[in-house]
Order: sequence, then structure tokens, then C-alpha cells
Amino acid sequence: MTRIPLLSVENLRLNFGSFEAVKGITFDIAKGETVALVGESGSGKSATALALLRLIEREGGHIAGGSVTLHGTPDLQLSALSDRQMQQVRGNRVSMIFQEPMTALNPVMTLGDQVAEVLRLHQGLDATQARAATREAFERVKIPEAERRLDQFPHELSGGLRQRVMIAMALACRPDLLIADEPTTALDVTTQAEILALIRQLQDEIGTAVLFITHDMGVVANIADRVVVLKRGDKVEEGPVADIFIRPQAAYTQQLMAATPKLGSGAPKPLLRPAAPVLEVENLAVRFPVRRGLLPGGHLDYHAVGGVSLSIAPGETLGLVGESGCGKSTLARAVLRLIDPSQGRVRLEGREITGLDAAEMRPLRQRAQMVFQDPFASLNPRMSVRDLITEPAHIHHRLSRRDRRALAAELLEKVGLEPAAADRFPHQFSGGQRQRLCIARALSVRPALIVADESVSALDVSVARQVTDLMARLQAEDGVSFLFISHDIAVVERVSHRVAVMWGGQIVETGPTEAVLHNPQHPYTQRLLAAVPVADPSRRDAPRPALPALQAPKLLLPAGQAPVRAQMTEVSAGHFVAVQDPASALLAGASGHMAGAAAQGDSPQAAAKDRFEQV
Amino acid sequence: MLSYALRTLIRMVLTFFVIVTIVFFATRLSGNAIDFVVSDGITSEDRELLIKYYELDRPILTQYFAFLRSFTDGQFGLSFIERRPVSEIVLERIWPSTQLLLSAVGLTLLVSIPLGIAAAIWRKSWIGSAVMMVAFLGYAVPNFVLATVMVLLFSYWLNWLPVVGNGTAWHFIMPTVALSGVLIAALTRFTRNAMLDVLGQDFMRTARAKGLPENAVIVKHGLRNAGITILSVIGLQVAGLAASGSVVIEAIFAWPGIGDLLVSSALRRDYPVLQFGVLTVALAVIVINAAIDLAYAWADPRLRHTVKG
Repeated sequence: MTRIPLLSVENLRLNFGSFEAVKGITFDIAKGETVALVGESGSGKSATALALLRLIEREGGHIAGGSVTLHGTPDLQLSALSDRQMQQVRGNRVSMIFQEPMTALNPVMTLGDQVAEVLRLHQGLDATQARAATREAFERVKIPEAERRLDQFPHELSGGLRQRVMIAMALACRPDLLIADEPTTALDVTTQAEILALIRQLQDEIGTAVLFITHDMGVVANIADRVVVLKRGDKVEEGPVADIFIRPQAAYTQQLMAATPKLGSGAPKPLLRPAAPVLEVENLAVRFPVRRGLLPGGHLDYHAVGGVSLSIAPGETLGLVGESGCGKSTLARAVLRLIDPSQGRVRLEGREITGLDAAEMRPLRQRAQMVFQDPFASLNPRMSVRDLITEPAHIHHRLSRRDRRALAAELLEKVGLEPAAADRFPHQFSGGQRQRLCIARALSVRPALIVADESVSALDVSVARQVTDLMARLQAEDGVSFLFISHDIAVVERVSHRVAVMWGGQIVETGPTEAVLHNPQHPYTQRLLAAVPVADPSRRDAPRPALPALQAPKLLLPAGQAPVRAQMTEVSAGHFVAVQDPASALLAGASGHMAGAAAQGDSPQAAAKDRFEQV
Repeated sequence: MLSYALRTLIRMVLTFFVIVTIVFFATRLSGNAIDFVVSDGITSEDRELLIKYYELDRPILTQYFAFLRSFTDGQFGLSFIERRPVSEIVLERIWPSTQLLLSAVGLTLLVSIPLGIAAAIWRKSWIGSAVMMVAFLGYAVPNFVLATVMVLLFSYWLNWLPVVGNGTAWHFIMPTVALSGVLIAALTRFTRNAMLDVLGQDFMRTARAKGLPENAVIVKHGLRNAGITILSVIGLQVAGLAASGSVVIEAIFAWPGIGDLLVSSALRRDYPVLQFGVLTVALAVIVINAAIDLAYAWADPRLRHTVKG
């Protein structure tokens, strides 16, 4: 097949002020092709995307050299067009979708108007025609109840649906090229799988070429025909996707591949003889009043966590997996008494903490610390690193200046930073280094438990890898326990002795990591695993097991009602799963595992399950 | 939406009740009103007679309930000076005040929103700095100073504009400018900040990626979002203007409005008029606030949704 070039980028250089973000990269995109632009933060991939649409000037950058040409009759040199000419290209011949579906849509305009706007602008449709065309566009991207959505506002839709609206908007004029800047990064893994499938399908239908910007090699394997790897503004490698995955040439590409978490690459073995648990959670429930009302039925509660039990042994990491809104962060906060549970018990090192008041709780707070998701927001920018990382210890033990200095040096060394870092301020550190500072701060009071809530989710893969390695080392040295919360199963697998899968405010499956991931019993766990992109381009056309859509439990209930607590049944040593209904519970009890388990064929889960059954 | 309106209404009534109570007791803190009204030479028999006539001898709570009752039968008593029903005196002052207020608000919106947007878009050029400089100066000049300077300049020296009353459209110019001066300065700054917030939002980039011309991006996507925040402060500012700003300006220009009435009745110690006038202004503030609240809830679809819920 001959490649007909659609867009050529020649020696493109982009500057932000005097900073060179992109230092002369050259690549092209053929008609109907998908090119993945891969790199970590600071690689210049998003700047490149914005430069193609000439939106980079708005972000404070400018094209310092080189050219971007959109081929056609006649060829358009995008890098030299006037504003007015560029407006006719944007949204029409080249369109773009962005990372954050929550903020990329105008919150005060109806979805229908926002999409219709493109059609009226570029195709000159009148209001009625545009509305009809918008409805078709919604149907094309499989938005259910398209007619009703036209008059809805962005906040009424989930992230996945909003991203579909963005796609509908971008493809409304059937552009030659779609630029997708990390379009699935902010989405849950099951939603990501749906969106990727949708983009591929629409691409086949419309023949649009796609420039897909991502840091996720799993996504690359799933969608790209060719790959361009960027590092700090330079192109380090380019080639067909199979070559890049099988024979990566550049050292950086190899590094990137190695750092990408791959599901099924092994988990820490469960602890052999766990001592008395550090943390025991029993039947914990958290509900938030949503609407207060005096009339019966007028008062509604949102049951964010509906009866969760778990325990963590000393030196153990429990991975808590689930998608956004499943209640995992609420659970983490309730465990640390940052919010008050409405029901249930939490015991920290054998001492019950649920009934304690603030003063009684304070000394116990040093036993359990937290590391948050956003290392940019969780460090006070006006405090020096020394004060920041020793603050918890200072609060509890009133340290002298000299003790604080000594402690800071010790902590910095422990998390792999220079002792000289103590005099600096948070903005002088990268994301990964900041997360190390957050860990150092948590360690300052020698806690028995660290709750890490999506602590590596905002980091580049290679940096995330270093941070999880650090956690593992600290665990080996100090025997600290972790409650490791993440939506990313592959990361959870790498660090967790045991996992708990959370869905709809409850734990639906828990057990030793290998047992749960290789022999998933609950339909939700199976769905979650099936949706993880496999970092192997040769497998992308392999049929995925068709799993039935699950009806999520209702969590918004009138006062007095509570979600039904799932009963757990043990399917193998330490591996528990929520019973769907009494009949399958009986079945599970009889045969050791439930009906309708993992996929047929040679999927890793099925293969692992076979192995599991032979044992 | 309906239940939200109902809740707003209940809140309005409660607020008004609290204000009525405060006004009633506060005006009675300074001793017996009769002593301020009558001349010094009055005999004690006449004084007693007057006190009985105005029912000021009854227990304070009885007076309070009688006062509350006047809201149900509409009898608010007579002016000490003019011997006319106070409701009549106050009501004829409402329209001139409303006219002045509306023209001041209109001028404010016309001037400060374009200026604020310009200051946000060209924040790094001299245009932005110039607008902010003027706004800062406007903020620093009290409205009575502005009014006095204008009177000197345009009436006394140039003899261009009339000073007293509200007879013609020319009469509106100086009071309107004086009244909106500080408001324009405040709202320009606020519009600029609200626009700056919006300009950095992701959906503005989306709008540009659609191929919209820049002015459509700014007005259709930017101003529509910034407008909601702007609306919320306009409410407070206008209410403040109705409550206090217009008192001084109306007095300076002898504008036959409520502000002018409040000043003159306070000077003449015409307490029934003062009391009713203050309550009228309070009611106006409450109504404006509630109207802005409802408009705000209606303009922001996110609120509209929760409001419906």
C-alpha cells in the first residue's frame, strides 16, 4: 500500500519564550493513517499538537522554525497561514480533541449547540439542519438517547459521554486529520477501551487520519500504525508500530517500554505468616446527605461506601482498585478519620479509632499517614523542604531546629534525594521528586501504615516506576504497610501482596494478587481486566471476550434505605468474591469457583485460570 | 426551580421581618420621639397629650405589634411635618429613584464590561494597564467628590448642565455619572478578572480549535461564562447603591427620590417618614438581591440543575 502524504512536519521548532520545547522534528502522516506521538511530560508532544493547529501562540509559545504542510489541492502551509485562513482549517479539515473531557466543553452551552456551532460555521447549515446533523453525529459516536442529549449541559454527562461529544464535534465536518491529545488519559480503563474502539471504527468509516498523542504504550499498541517517539523536544525514534514494540532501537524507547506496567508481569508473593493486622476495617460505611427534606422520601443519601471490611498485615501492601466514583478515596479518608464513617469500625494497631474525638485521635495520627495524588497541590509552596517534610514529626514531638535539620537529612536520603534539597522549595522539584518529598513527610513520624491514594497516577511511567520501587524498598527496610489505591491494575499488580476490587461502594473481590488477577471471579473484575490495553500490537485485532454490561448498584437512596450488602464467599485460600445471587453462591460453594468466569481462548486470564485449576 | 423560588421568597420575608424589628427598636433607642418633634417651650400637659395621641405611652411591645399590624392594614401613620400619610409621601419618591438607579446601572454595564474585556485581552499591553489605572483612580474618588467637581465644572463654570431636580434628560447626566463612577471602576476590575479566569479555560481552546473567529470565541464562549460571575457581583453592588450611594447623590442634586427624602426627614426628625423610607429601601435591596439570585440560578445550568433537584 502506498502512503499518500496528508500532513508533513519539517524540522519544526517550537519555543516558549527562550525555552526550546521542540528542537526540529520531522515526520509525516499519510491519509487514513494513525500516528502515535509518544513521550513523557516535557517531551514536546502536546506543544507539537497545538502547533499543528496554530493554537500554540495562545499558550504562550511560537513556531521558531520549520514548516507544517497540509497536502491537498492546493497544498496549505499551515505554519504560514493568516488567522482567517487558519480558522477555515480548524474544526473543518483538521480538528482536535483534548485530554480533559470535564473542562473541554463550555459548561453554559447545551451540547447540541456546541456541536451544531461547528456545522453552522463550516458547512453553512441553518439551525434546523445543524440540529439534525448534530443528532446524527451523536448517533454516530453511539451516544444513547441522542435527541435528549442535544439539550443537556456538559455537567449532566459522565466523562466518557463527554469525550464522545468531543469526538462528535471533532468529526462533524469529516476532517482529513484528527489530533487527539491524550484523549483517554482522564478516563476509566473500561471507558478508555470503548473510546479507543470508537475512534478506530469511525476512522475506518470516515477515512480520517489520526495523530494520537499519548504516554501510554498500551494505548499505542492498540491504536497506532506508526509511532514517533519524542524526548525533550527531539525525535528519538520513528517506525511502524510492530517494529517499535519488537525491536525498539533507541535506548529511550527501550526504557519507556520497560517502565510501562504490563498486566501479568508478576506480583509480590503474599506474606507467609502475617502478624496481627495493622489495620482492620469492619463493615465500614460512609454516606453523604445529598438532599435534606422533611417529607418522607425527600431526604436522599449517597452511599459512597457501603459496608467494607478489610485488613492489612504489617509489611503488607493491599492494592485497592476501582474506577472513579467507586468510593475508594472516600474509604481511604474514612480509614484515616479524615471524614467520619456513618457505620462500622476501624482498628489501627488493635485500637479502635472510630469513636475517638479529635484530641484522642491526634497522637494516633502519626501511626497512619497519607500520600496524595497531586504532588503539586499537596505541598505548601511557601514552606522549605526541611519544614515540609519534618512538619508531622514537629507537630507530634516538638523538635529543635537542630533535630529537624538532622531528621530532614535522614528522610531525604531515605527517599533518594540530596540532603541539600532541604533548603529548597517545592516548585524547584519535578513531579516525581515532589512525590518523594510527600513520602518523606509521611515517613517522618515512622508510621505503621501509609495510605497512598493514586500517588503515582499523575507521574510519567518511568518516574512512577521509581516511586513504586521506592515504596517497595521502604517496606522491606522498615516493614511499613501500604494501602495502595489506584485505578491502574497493572501498577497495583506490581506493588500489592493482596488486592481488593471495589465497585459501587463495596469490595466485590479480594485476595492474593495473583489469584485475583489470574482467576477473576466477579464479572466486574473480569470487565476491568479485559479493558486493560495490552502492550502488544500483534494482539490488538484478537477478539475481545464479549462481557455483558453490568448494572451498577444504586447508591442514591432515600433515608433509611441502604444498598444490599454483598455476601462474600471464599473461592480459594484467601480469595473472596461477592456473591451475585444465592444460586451462584451455592454453585461457588460446590465447585470452588463461579460460573461465567474469564474468557475462553488463549487470553492470559484464561490461560492462567487453566494453570490455576491444575494445581 | 419552583421550590427554589419559594425558598427565596420565605428567606426574603424573614429578612424583611428582622429588618423591620431592628428599625423599630433602633429608632426608639434615642428616647421619646416627641422630644425631637416639638419645640422646647411646650407645656408638660400638651406633651402628655401628644404622647397619648401618638400612643407612645403604651408598652414598647404593644407599640411593636401595632407597628407590625400596620403592614397588614397599610396604615403607616401620618408625617409629623406634612400631615399626609407616609405611604403616599414615600411612594411618590420611588419612581425617580428607580429611574436614576436604572440609568446608573445601565451606564455601568455599557462602560465596564467592554472595558473589562479589553483589559483582560490586552492585559500585557498598554491598553490593559491604562484601563486598570483609570479604574483604580475611579475607585479612589468618592462619589460626592466626583459630584461636586462635576457641578463646579459643568454647571458653575461652563453652564452646560442643570444641577437641581429631574426635569429633563440633561438632568440625568451628572447624577448618573456620579452614582456609577465607583461602580464602573469596581465592575471593570471584576470583569477583567472574571474574563482572565475564563480565557485560560480549556473550553476556550476547544472553541478556537473549532475554527471560530476570535471575537466569537471571546463573546460567545468567554463572556457567557464570565457573565455569570459578573451577574453575582452586580447584584450586591446595585443593592449597595440603592441602599447608600443614592442618598448622598440625590441630596446633592436635589433629586426627588427616596434618598433625598431620607436625608430631609432625618434632618426634620420626621420619624414616621424616615422609618417607612428606610423599610422601603430595605425591601428594595431584598427584592433586588432575590431577583439576582434567581437570575444567577437561571443563568448557570449547573445551578439550574441542583435548583430543580
